Amino acid sequence: MSILIDKSTKVIVQGFTGKQGTFHAEQAIAYGTNVVGGVTPGRGGETHLERPVFNTVRDAVQDTGADASMIYVPGGFAADAILEAADAGIRVIACITEGIPVLDMLKVKAALDYYPGVRLIGPNCPGVITPDECKIGIMPGHIHQAGRVGIVSRSGTLTYEAVKQTSDAGLGQSTCVGIGGDPIQGMSFVDVLELFKDDPRTEGVVMVGEIGGTAEEEAAEYIKSSVNKPVVAYIAGVTAPPGKRMGHAGAIISGGKGTADDKFAALEAAGVTTVRSPADIGETMKGLLNA
Amino acid sequence: MNLHEYQAKQLFSAYDIPIPQGRVANSADEAVAAAQALGGSVWVVKAQVHAGGRGKAGGVKVCKTLDDVRAYTDSILGTRLVTHQTDDKGLPINSVMVEQGLDIRSELYLGAVVDRATRRIVFMASSEGGMDIEEVAANTPERIITVEVNPVAGLQAYQCRQMAFAIGLQGKQVGQLVKVMTGLYNLFVETDLSLIEINPLIVTGDDALLALDAKLNVDDNALEVGRHKQIAAMRDTSQEDETEVEAAEHNLNYITLDGNIGCMVNGAGLAMATMDVVKLNGGSPANFLDVGGGTNKERVEEAFKLILSSPSVKAILVNIFGGIVRCDMIAEGIISAVKEVGVNVPVVVRLEGTNVEKGKELLEHSGLDLIAADDLSDAARKVVAAIGKAA
Repeated sequence: MSILIDKSTKVIVQGFTGKQGTFHAEQAIAYGTNVVGGVTPGRGGETHLERPVFNTVRDAVQDTGADASMIYVPGGFAADAILEAADAGIRVIACITEGIPVLDMLKVKAALDYYPGVRLIGPNCPGVITPDECKIGIMPGHIHQAGRVGIVSRSGTLTYEAVKQTSDAGLGQSTCVGIGGDPIQGMSFVDVLELFKDDPRTEGVVMVGEIGGTAEEEAAEYIKSSVNKPVVAYIAGVTAPPGKRMGHAGAIISGGKGTADDKFAALEAAGVTTVRSPADIGETMKGLLNA
Repeated sequence: MNLHEYQAKQLFSAYDIPIPQGRVANSADEAVAAAQALGGSVWVVKAQVHAGGRGKAGGVKVCKTLDDVRAYTDSILGTRLVTHQTDDKGLPINSVMVEQGLDIRSELYLGAVVDRATRRIVFMASSEGGMDIEEVAANTPERIITVEVNPVAGLQAYQCRQMAFAIGLQGKQVGQLVKVMTGLYNLFVETDLSLIEINPLIVTGDDALLALDAKLNVDDNALEVGRHKQIAAMRDTSQEDETEVEAAEHNLNYITLDGNIGCMVNGAGLAMATMDVVKLNGGSPANFLDVGGGTNKERVEEAFKLILSSPSVKAILVNIFGGIVRCDMIAEGIISAVKEVGVNVPVVVRLEGTNVEKGKELLEHSGLDLIAADDLSDAARKVVAAIGKAA
């Protein structure tokens, strides 16, 4: 049993018949993910990628027993899609969409308080994957390898770096969670660490953070008090100038807060092994696990 | 997206937030006409640029005659204002705001932001208005009062009263702050703002509260999904970095930095990491550039053009982790860009991920003088070494 998802997870795709939804659903199916259907309002009853299309998430859940969803709808409609999934009883919601207005996410977070069992991953994230079992998102499946390291990251391509290196080092991954680069998001580092901590498959954790906010500092506190597994952390943005949004909406140093140096310091104080180049993630984790 | 003071004040006015009588002017004649229409004997002329610290930088003047208004406006229009919030080049002054002079009894600070830690809109107020609020926050944090707004209930009057009493307001000033904050909150949520700042919010001799300045930032995501078209039309690209504006037109995320190594990367996190590792190896990045996940040949070409538009670039580092994007396609993009754009600085390329072998093969047989690298650290070392050789 892995965290969040496994081979028994039944996945639907919101924005199923769109270009993004179609492409990534095909990839997920090819990877072996149990995609049971999808939702596109107004196209219920059709068949797409040999799977049923539903008008609403509620219909999809009733008909297929789906318990996870991946969302590929445009930014202006994503808040609606997340809440529709939560309301229909979906347990794991991965919102890949980027560019969601911040105040939309603020409302979504407040509303999700009423659905305590729901896990939202993202938005603006690559999704979540348990290698060889279930891929919900846009990550390239072939670089993953089932194994011992849990990966949690705010950035897409940097997650792939960590994945490739842990694969090359022969460690593999238990589950990889991309929590996304937005200022207001679903699962935080702490939420994911909480699951990795109790997951028997996960022997060590790689954490990839970036500038902006205080999520890494909160993770450091949590690791210090509650995590007994080795953690390797990298933070991107040491050279980022203050006040500039570095691609991700959440990656901005404002009012002197959220610098990479502060985050490195907090993590080191919590006993986390930090690396200054992402190229060192794999070997460093290997050293810790084989020590 | 930032707005000018005069634009922010138009929005304030629509939300019943009291502002001084004022007009915007694009010429000295218009400024004098504005002053005449406003009446009185004292006017304040303010440069309209997207930066704070205008007063200290000479961008605000109290004028006691119409000749003064004319002379000052004439002297600043068409020039650039350098403040502690701008770079050395400063920002162009294309218009001024002319306002009535006022009898100021005290200056307060009032602001609101989306606080990511609490996931709430948070109001901040201080009796220390007019000053640099970040300085107040650093030196005397107890002088900043904050109020978190529950998104379900919205801002409540009691929260505004709490704030008013805490910053020392009394009598009818308290009710006025309730009105100002309520207006700000409605403006904030109805137009997808990410920041509002009134510094200073003044108390006049007859106990009225007025927003003397207005700084406002709109969430770009909300504008990109097509909301608030009237506000989107207020965008003034003359106040933004030219290269960054051009990059945005090609869906590229570009930020100018002051080094000499041009970086082209896919993914924001990896782009930041690439800059960091360049620095770690003794180099200095010339830019942050994320070509995006679903990039194509054309975007790679545009990215090269952008990087080379800066004369300080002495070498280029390309770092691509192909996930959904195939490395062979990226390699084709690099080859055609180098041929088309005419790159005359060393180019180090690190490719990884989907179809990486095919991509590397294409680069090798391209006949171009590209330097191949194995991983990020190797790439950074090679690009720094390439600059050393060229120099």
